[in-house]
Amino acid sequence: MNPGIYLSLLIMCLTVYCIRMLPFIVFRKEITNTWLRSFLYYVPYVTLAVMTFPAIVTATDNIWSGIAALVVGLLAAWFKGDLFFVAISCCATVFLTGLFL
Amino acid sequence: MTETVKKTQENIAQPHAVPWFVRGLRDGVPICMGYFAVSFALGITARGIGMNALQAGLMSMGMVASAGEFAAIVLISSGAGVIEMISTCVVVNLRYFLMSCSLSQKLSPDLPFYHRFLLPYCITDEIFGLSSAVPGYLDPRYSYGMTIISVAGWTCGTVLGVLLGNIMPPFIVNALSVSLYGMFLAIIIPPSRKDRFIAALVAISMAASGLFSVLPLLNTISGGFKVIILTILIAGAAAFIKPVDESAGKEEEA
Repeated sequence: MNPGIYLSLLIMCLTVYCIRMLPFIVFRKEITNTWLRSFLYYVPYVTLAVMTFPAIVTATDNIWSGIAALVVGLLAAWFKGDLFFVAISCCATVFLTGLFL
Repeated sequence: MTETVKKTQENIAQPHAVPWFVRGLRDGVPICMGYFAVSFALGITARGIGMNALQAGLMSMGMVASAGEFAAIVLISSGAGVIEMISTCVVVNLRYFLMSCSLSQKLSPDLPFYHRFLLPYCITDEIFGLSSAVPGYLDPRYSYGMTIISVAGWTCGTVLGVLLGNIMPPFIVNALSVSLYGMFLAIIIPPSRKDRFIAALVAISMAASGLFSVLPLLNTISGGFKVIILTILIAGAAAFIKPVDESAGKEEEA
């Protein structure tokens, strides 16, 4: 059951919209269930970590430049943390290692 | 009730000469520039799986979600079914659910109801962050101003990424392809520095994800379901081991 690309996009856009919209309509009060609050709190960290590794290593055409980008990205995020600085650092690392590999 | 009065008074006591919508447009400029760079890489990724500029542009305008759109591209390229699409979108974008919960507490009770249908479109990491930082009640026009300018940058970047991805030399495309992962690292690593539990969570998640991609049988699971399974397992276990409310409550008491 694989819909076409436009229908897929419509389904996913509506899904994402509903996720953002429902709390505004339904949860007029704060959520009180501790486990649910904790689960929702931890979700972004796990999701993004799973999506980042090992995908970053295999994203480029050379595995070593991917590994270098991961290391530089981790260091930049640890010491500086700024969203766009980290993104640019990773790009620059792949670009520079690409000159030698 | 007292809080309501206090919040209203704050906004009356500090009237802003510049209308909130204009303030939003101004604060949206740096967000727009950052989005442009990241969405350009997203456009290149979309092009890589055979999406055209119109499809990628509609995706960016309709979703306005970095990790969410990245997941959407993976789902489309892997020929995922409707159930897998919806469930992956729900899991990958769950953080927006939390942000919406939080921002719904910053709306005045007098606010017309239709804003509760418009504001959800504005919930991104950056716009949510700035909207939450407003003192007192949020004037939604501030969020709308930021959204208009940053979604313009986000969509243009995606479209140009698709169109110019083939003109770009491979070494530049290669370099830009890691920018999204860099952004993800910038979201998860700084909190890991402050909180050892989150650091452990991130490390375990990466290790588990690595195992899923090399171990036989497990590596046949599609990318979308891998994210769902690991998120529910690891975040679910973490919520049992260290519920966030209790620690926050203790800190407040101390």
